[in-house]
Amino acid sequence: MTELSKTQTELNQPEPTKPPRSQWLDVWDQFKTHKGAMMGGVLFFLIVAGVYLGPFFWDIDATQIDIRSRNQGPSWAHPFGTDQLGRDLLARMMAGGSTSVSVGITAMLLALFLGSFVGVLAGFFKRLDGPLMRLTDLFLALPLLPLLLVMMLLFREPLNAAFGLEQGIFILIVSAIGITSWMPTARIVRGDVLALKEREFVLAARSIGTTNSKLITRHILPNVLSPIMVSATLGIATAIITESALSFLGLGFPPDFPTWGRLLFDGVDYLQQYPERVIWPGLAISLTVLSVNYLGDGLRDALDPRIRGR
Amino acid sequence: MLTFTIRRLVLAVPTLLFISLVIFLLLEMAPGDPMAQVPLTVPPEVKEKMREALGLGEPMPIRFWKWIVQFFWIEPQVLIDYYLGTTFSEGKLRVISWQTRSPVMDIVVQRIPQTLWVVGTAYVVAIIIALPIGIYSAYRQYSWFDQLGTFVSMVGFSVPPFFSGVLVIVIFSVQLGWFPSIYDTTLVVDSWDSFVKQLQQMIMPVMVLALQITAQLSRFMRASMLDNLNQDYVRTARAKGLSEYVVVMVHVLRNSMIPVVTVIALGIPAIFGGAIITEQVFKVNGIGQLLIGAIQANDLPMVQTLTFIFAVLIVLFNLIADVLYGILDPRIRYD
Repeated sequence: MTELSKTQTELNQPEPTKPPRSQWLDVWDQFKTHKGAMMGGVLFFLIVAGVYLGPFFWDIDATQIDIRSRNQGPSWAHPFGTDQLGRDLLARMMAGGSTSVSVGITAMLLALFLGSFVGVLAGFFKRLDGPLMRLTDLFLALPLLPLLLVMMLLFREPLNAAFGLEQGIFILIVSAIGITSWMPTARIVRGDVLALKEREFVLAARSIGTTNSKLITRHILPNVLSPIMVSATLGIATAIITESALSFLGLGFPPDFPTWGRLLFDGVDYLQQYPERVIWPGLAISLTVLSVNYLGDGLRDALDPRIRGR
Repeated sequence: MLTFTIRRLVLAVPTLLFISLVIFLLLEMAPGDPMAQVPLTVPPEVKEKMREALGLGEPMPIRFWKWIVQFFWIEPQVLIDYYLGTTFSEGKLRVISWQTRSPVMDIVVQRIPQTLWVVGTAYVVAIIIALPIGIYSAYRQYSWFDQLGTFVSMVGFSVPPFFSGVLVIVIFSVQLGWFPSIYDTTLVVDSWDSFVKQLQQMIMPVMVLALQITAQLSRFMRASMLDNLNQDYVRTARAKGLSEYVVVMVHVLRNSMIPVVTVIALGIPAIFGGAIITEQVFKVNGIGQLLIGAIQANDLPMVQTLTFIFAVLIVLFNLIADVLYGILDPRIRYD
């Protein structure tokens, strides 16, 4: 009797007007509480908007040489001053930033794709686990910066010939960074897949005849999304730093093609007279990487269900 | 433990051989020609002779084999000869640099002390700073000290050495004029004055490198301490009336040091290889600068040997880290 009345009262209750809270709403709520991450996110958004949308408002060409107004300090015509050839530094910073950020994001996507691919395959198929993880260990044992430098030296000419100067060097840098930075993602994803594979829902999906490819794309991948997203944000940071380091060592983009690292490298020659030429690009790199790192930190906390709600 | 070590050592041999092959094949595709700087007036047959003198005339597998023999068989003999005064290596061909036409290993040995001094000091300084910061910020989690430590280590992660290096040069050598911006490797320390000079020129590169390493290590230390502070054995130790100092500095610290020690061991190869950029900024003529110079000058034997030395160090210290982990943590059994 009581049982029945209880169900009746439950049935009489008004229909829920709101849909149940989704997982992403929870994640967003947790993310909002992390002040550093919010600030990092806003800052990163501003920087990206500035370098991509800025050129629409500031229409001086980054490569336009005006030798008469060279080496100027900050003024209304040139807020960041001009360099030794009279090129506007604000325009160069924006152009350099768009290259650096594009390289960072594209290289991160490549590394993420390779890492998740290797990680999922190694975790899911037992037979591939050994060889793929040995391959990962091998890549981890390679001295990366020297190898990157060697790769830059070797493939610059053929790729330039094939795709043109800017395209060629862009492809080269992105693939070099991507190929040398997928290993951490692969390891994390593999570990998660190994644990997920033993769960009941995977067994259930398999028992109704789900094929391996569907099982991976519909059941495994969505569940390893959070570590992938965290390594994505951190991957942007490392990719931007690596690209700038290559440019700084003179083995990155060509001189007339500004990136933040290249601008810094060019500024070092005029360090004594115009230290601000080094400080602007350096500050831009550091702030971008700092904001991305904070973003990743907050994302890691937000995506971890054990911390969420605390 | 011993069998594990031996097994890993045996496994390291094919890994290293494979890595050396990968490096060799990569360099094989190099577009640069070592004969590019020879004047055009030199007749082609003479050029061919010079090419053969550099060891370029033979097919690729033979050259790879020769490099292997030179590196693994002849160079150790040279080392033995040097220490014991024997003559095993007499008349045998060593790995010759194309830039200087002198043995690669001799140049490497000349350059290693500078790198070790600067980068090694930075590593030691970083460890000394990082451990107390990590311990205290974990003990007082979310205090202002912890927040500050988090921020500083985030900055340390984010500011690349080619910016922080240039920044300290701007501040301390250009504006204040306290320290020289270029590291003078010819300086001989034999008096108090020269010692002070050496200190002055070392401070900036050491600071720049130490900031980065401190950032990573203090984060690790903090995370590892936090893992242990909530464990049951800590409550037990407090419950039986041990002083707070003993609980934290003996019980928790000893357990938290296990992963940190392995991280420290894993970072040691970076002492040799990772300071390439810092060496470039401060013009320290160490190994990193040697590598950059060799890459720019297309000196393939030098690049091959240096990259391979880095790889050997990485593999070796990975092994040492694993073994250390097994020794320090009795819960881990590899066999």
